[in-house]
Amino acid sequence: MTSSNVTRRDFLQVTSVAGSFLLGFRFPRRSTAPSFHPTDVPTDLNAWIRIAPDDSVALLISESEMGQGVLTSMSMILAEELEADWSKVTAEHAPADRAKYGTQGTGGSTSVRQGYEPLRVAGAAAREMLIAAAAEQWGVPATACHAERGEVIHGATGRRLSYGRLAAGAARQPVPEHPQLKDPSEFRLIGHDTKRLDTPAKTTGRAVFGIDVRRPGMLVAQVVHCPVFGGQVESFDASAALGVPGVRHVVEIPTGVAIVADHFWAAQQGREALTVTWDEGSNGRISSEAITERCRTIVRSGAEARRLGDVDAAVAGAAQTLEAVYQVPYLAHATMEPMNCTADVRPGRCEIWAPTQSPSGAQAAGMRITGLPAEQVLVHTTFLGGGFGRRSESDFVADAVHTSKAVGRPVKVVWTREDDMRGGYYRPMAYNEFVGGIDGAGWPVAWVHRMASPSILGGKGWLRGPIDRAAVEGAANLPYDIPNLHVTWANPELPIPVHWWRSVGSSQNAYVTECFLDELAVLGGKDPVEVRRRLLGSHPRHRRALELAAEKAGWGTPLPAGRARGIAVHESFGSIVAQVAEVSLHDDGAPRVHRVTCAVDCGQVINPDTVRAQMESGIIYGLSAALYGELTLERGRVRQGNFHDYRVVRMREAPQIDVHIIAAGDPHGGIGEPGTPPIAPAVCNAILALTGRPVRQLPIRTVRM
Amino acid sequence: MPQYSFTLNGSPQTVDAPPDMPLLWVVRDIVGLTGTKFGCGIGQCRACTVHFNGKATFSCQIPISAAAGQEVTTIEGLAEDGLHPVQRAWIEIDVPQCGYCQPGQIMSAAALLAENPRPTDEDIDDAMSNNICRCGTYNRIRAAIHRAAEEMAR
Repeated sequence: MTSSNVTRRDFLQVTSVAGSFLLGFRFPRRSTAPSFHPTDVPTDLNAWIRIAPDDSVALLISESEMGQGVLTSMSMILAEELEADWSKVTAEHAPADRAKYGTQGTGGSTSVRQGYEPLRVAGAAAREMLIAAAAEQWGVPATACHAERGEVIHGATGRRLSYGRLAAGAARQPVPEHPQLKDPSEFRLIGHDTKRLDTPAKTTGRAVFGIDVRRPGMLVAQVVHCPVFGGQVESFDASAALGVPGVRHVVEIPTGVAIVADHFWAAQQGREALTVTWDEGSNGRISSEAITERCRTIVRSGAEARRLGDVDAAVAGAAQTLEAVYQVPYLAHATMEPMNCTADVRPGRCEIWAPTQSPSGAQAAGMRITGLPAEQVLVHTTFLGGGFGRRSESDFVADAVHTSKAVGRPVKVVWTREDDMRGGYYRPMAYNEFVGGIDGAGWPVAWVHRMASPSILGGKGWLRGPIDRAAVEGAANLPYDIPNLHVTWANPELPIPVHWWRSVGSSQNAYVTECFLDELAVLGGKDPVEVRRRLLGSHPRHRRALELAAEKAGWGTPLPAGRARGIAVHESFGSIVAQVAEVSLHDDGAPRVHRVTCAVDCGQVINPDTVRAQMESGIIYGLSAALYGELTLERGRVRQGNFHDYRVVRMREAPQIDVHIIAAGDPHGGIGEPGTPPIAPAVCNAILALTGRPVRQLPIRTVRM
Repeated sequence: MPQYSFTLNGSPQTVDAPPDMPLLWVVRDIVGLTGTKFGCGIGQCRACTVHFNGKATFSCQIPISAAAGQEVTTIEGLAEDGLHPVQRAWIEIDVPQCGYCQPGQIMSAAALLAENPRPTDEDIDDAMSNNICRCGTYNRIRAAIHRAAEEMAR
């Protein structure tokens, strides 16, 4: 048994409802990831354990389940200390309620990192209260009893009582001051492959996503937004649209024009019959070319994110130097479930059902639009059909609240795929200039990285100081021991809404830095693994991940003709991931990724199978971006609209993926995002090895031999 | 409004709908079975896959007028009772992440196995590459199809 240093006075609250034991608790959320919540947020209770007389154990979790397995991993931590019978455990999303749960948001791969200790303490407290209730009933000391798989057992007599039968009594026990945590050697769930709690519902069609919400009297709406960001409705003619059978209302709302109908198809038909004249504002001439030109103009006037040594002297004195420009485009998140939200606005009450990463943001949107106080705006979080950061914005929630408010009925707003892809909040594009220098022995000694990329924090009014830490993460903290280094960042201040996209700044900075490092390795005649090993002296965890990936991938062993390996290692959200990609080229020059070997060091592991799943997921997600992902702008409009012109990886293109987990007892790292950054550079470095040509722009498209 | 009758999950179903209304929206918004998902609306992602006279088909591209008199099965009607072997394999291998595309994936996989009880990796890639999964569960889907094939062969 180990003791915890979390203070628990006013952290736990017990109640009893209808014979059930209800333990509520809270844990603080801090900004451990630079890019997520910018400030500490106030908290109150943010999760509950409910044990019912029928022995069921329900855990209400305030994190949003978007595929990352958070309902399961958070429940495992609780159930471990609670000594719950896993087969009796269910998990649900907690409703958004500032009074009960504080500010809720899921992102930055933070859930387990912030929840681990408090969840354990809560589980242990509940266990001790159940034991105390049994001891009281038997008239024996609590120390003579122990809990095991959903029962309390009196060792001396072998008497047993199930948690369900103890629930009411446990609720009358005082909340323990210092619950004793289990010794990790006794863990039965944490660290062991555990089946996800949400899989059965997700294989039978029963899982309720936002788009599946149905309310009595509900109408379904589409909202036409201005095709140019920042534009507004000038006028519209709804007469034809209102003639479409099933169309009930056509109303202007602050975000566009809503076509409200009996069902999605009628709204679609009404939309096609609607004519809207837009005031496009000042952004109607923006193009991708103009954006690149703007970045090129400002890239050398950026603010300093990091400086080491004297780069000018080092470049001047280098045996050889290399300059390169690396570019990445805007990307859509393209979650499988298009943005949607259901709202029911009535006098004195606003109820919202949303597939949201930010129940608090949804609640704030509801409050802002209706003028109602927090206690009259209730948010229900459904399952999320993918999040990847996109669903921490609340623009789609605003559409639904505005529309319901306008028509006085419950309304489900569903975006089309085109609305979703053209609706903004993209991964920012980036334009990077590099200057590198190597010494006479071929080792890197100078590194200049000048970046121009729109600021996510700036777009939200959260930028403090000259540097957006989210934009430079993964670049300013380059782990390599290069004695002379200069990293700058310039903000092109573009009117395209940008947002967190799985792994944020690392999604592009891993690519540009790891590829430019390989270019320097080639320049110096060094093996990419050897260069990294040498430069990672002060980052042993990076080095260990790199070496494990290289070893498991058979780095340096022969491959069939026309195939090559590339490697990359990157830290994000507290976890270090190294990947080796094995790549060949199709006859038309399109790259084919055969196999990816992944080593992940995320510190202590909760559910190894979820770690593997998230690495697989991050790799495929990043590979889609590397091979195909690109949004382009023309006359202020996003050209791409659907999966035919915004391609993603399909099964035929999915490489074999082998994941190796380093579990060496380090602090918890995140797992939802860190799998994504290394894949693009690993693939591009393989192409460099194969062709001798660097890939300096994503997507890769086709490669010339 | 015209009226159409078809067989849905083994039972007769009659709906009033415009003739061009896609089967997807009839099933979701009129009948109220929401397991079949909307992903793209243009037949690119197959989240809306149903069995149409036994074949895996994208329901977003089938107008209700073409479904009249036909047999339609959705994820809700896949298993006659309990779970279909494909669903059991999905659970054993813990395939889903966000889960949104999985009803479509499962319907495609079940149709494949009905036609080809022992598919190779190549056969699986051919049959399943129309279905997009943004969580990247492809390798687990492949493994689960092999697992289901083994179970169905027993």
